[in-house]
Amino acid sequence: MHAIREALAGFRRAPLLTGLSVAMIALSVFVLGLFGVAAHNIQIVLDQVEARVEVVAYLRDDASHAEIEALRANVAGLPHVRDVIHITRRQALELARIQLRDFEAVFTGLETNPFPASIEVTLHSGQRSAEAVHRVAAALGDYPVVEDVRYGQDWLDKVYLLRRVAAAASVVVGIAFAAVAALIIGAAIRLAVFARREEIRIMRLVGATNSFIRRPFLLEGLMAGAAGSLLALPATFIVFRLLSDAVVDLVWIPDLWIVTGIVIGSVFGMVASAVAVHRHLQEI
Amino acid sequence: MIHFQNVSREFPRVGRALDGVTLSIRKGEFVFLTGHSGAGKTTILRLVHVADMPTEGEVRVNGYDTRRLRPKDVSMLRRKIGYVFQDFRLLPDRTAAENVAFALEVTGARPAVIRAKVGRLLARVGLAAKAQAHPAELSGGEQQRVAVARALANEPILLLADEPTGNLDERATRGIHELFRDINAAGTAVLIATHDAQILRRSVGVRTMELEHGKVVYDSQQEQA
Ligand SMILES: Nc1ncnc2c1ncn2[C@@H]1O[C@H](COP(=O)(O)OP(=O)(O)OP(=O)(O)O)[C@@H](O)[C@H]1O
Ligand SMILES: [Mg+2]
Repeated sequence: MHAIREALAGFRRAPLLTGLSVAMIALSVFVLGLFGVAAHNIQIVLDQVEARVEVVAYLRDDASHAEIEALRANVAGLPHVRDVIHITRRQALELARIQLRDFEAVFTGLETNPFPASIEVTLHSGQRSAEAVHRVAAALGDYPVVEDVRYGQDWLDKVYLLRRVAAAASVVVGIAFAAVAALIIGAAIRLAVFARREEIRIMRLVGATNSFIRRPFLLEGLMAGAAGSLLALPATFIVFRLLSDAVVDLVWIPDLWIVTGIVIGSVFGMVASAVAVHRHLQEI
Repeated sequence: MIHFQNVSREFPRVGRALDGVTLSIRKGEFVFLTGHSGAGKTTILRLVHVADMPTEGEVRVNGYDTRRLRPKDVSMLRRKIGYVFQDFRLLPDRTAAENVAFALEVTGARPAVIRAKVGRLLARVGLAAKAQAHPAELSGGEQQRVAVARALANEPILLLADEPTGNLDERATRGIHELFRDINAAGTAVLIATHDAQILRRSVGVRTMELEHGKVVYDSQQEQA
């Protein structure tokens, strides 16, 4: 009760600094939120891409049936491999006719079949990491009957890179804002401690415990953190809507992430206060 | 209750504020601590209140070696030691009642309990009628009564007073000292640092200790013994 009253008094005593603290925490959490939206959507794209990833090995025209069967059996035994399908040259031509119906005329008039036979390898879902795909592709490439190996390598690598860059950028910007937020909270707490200097001395005189003396300041930090995080939520949502409407369709982040963001902002506010209080209480 | 064993307190550059002080004050005693300015009176009170530590020797308060106390224990001990000052040290933006309540709030007492206790405390120091006055609206003597009420809030076993009447006229001084005698009669030990010769002259039969350059040079009790 005492702590809540005093924390609110702290807001009133230094509205500008408190407002700045709240705004800086809001900015930090906002950056975190934007990263969350980006990461979430990149993950969704990755999942979709990965679901479609298969490794295709094109076979030499002179590969014998026995060689192909041996290859198939060996590849089926590799780790991460779920399925191995052999597509003969004729099947490849048929598939092309069906899938590329508009160009049917092109295929019907052909004298020779231009499509090579191939082996299509799918991996177990959840094990389609870039590394696993690389490894399977490399194993296939080692067989003499294999002419060429294709998989969505570039694509996958680019998406992974994008995710890393987005994460790194957000961490850097987020930390910068968080550092500024911590400094401003520190200044606000310093002001609050000095404004209540006499009171704190009397508290010590009459036997207040350290935790009792600190509590209002920690609560003040917690409330600033919570207020900042709650401000960041609509800001993040507005930017999400703008991007979604104007650039690409995006998916909103899960509720658990929102709760986590608010908890992180609040705890950050409290920890920044705790550090500042610890330092400034020693000075009086 | 208070036991100093060969206590020294040395300050860098300044030197020894206390120099090998050994003294004992029993439960419920009434003691004057006297001596010239700079003799070390405040230093002794601060050591008892665990606001300071000896550089040599041992200070025991209520059985505890003050050097061994954890911060939390210091807080608990201070609740049992009232402290009043020459300059009252009231919070100017709080009423008399709120200043007294302050000492109860820090213990986490419930508001209803605090209200009832504050009323009784202010009545005890004769200030029930001025509960809602701010310090600026009270005379020096009245402010000191509020400070005494605050010091008594948690039923202390010991009351420390550092030159409590230094800012008061003679009548107010007499009033405050009567109050101290009442408090002592109710069982609380009282230790008053003062160099007010008039009070000392009037307090015949009261134990008086005199300090000089950080040493105890006179103890009326030792003389009798
Ligand atoms: N915090 C401190 N730092 C350095 N020296 C100190 C400190 N506190 C007290 N002293 C020194 O200790 C000596 C005793 O001081 P103390 O305050 O105990 O005297 P006193 O008897 O209370 O005097 P007065 O009657 O003037 O209040 C003084 O010489 C003072 O300079
Ligand atoms: Mg003094």
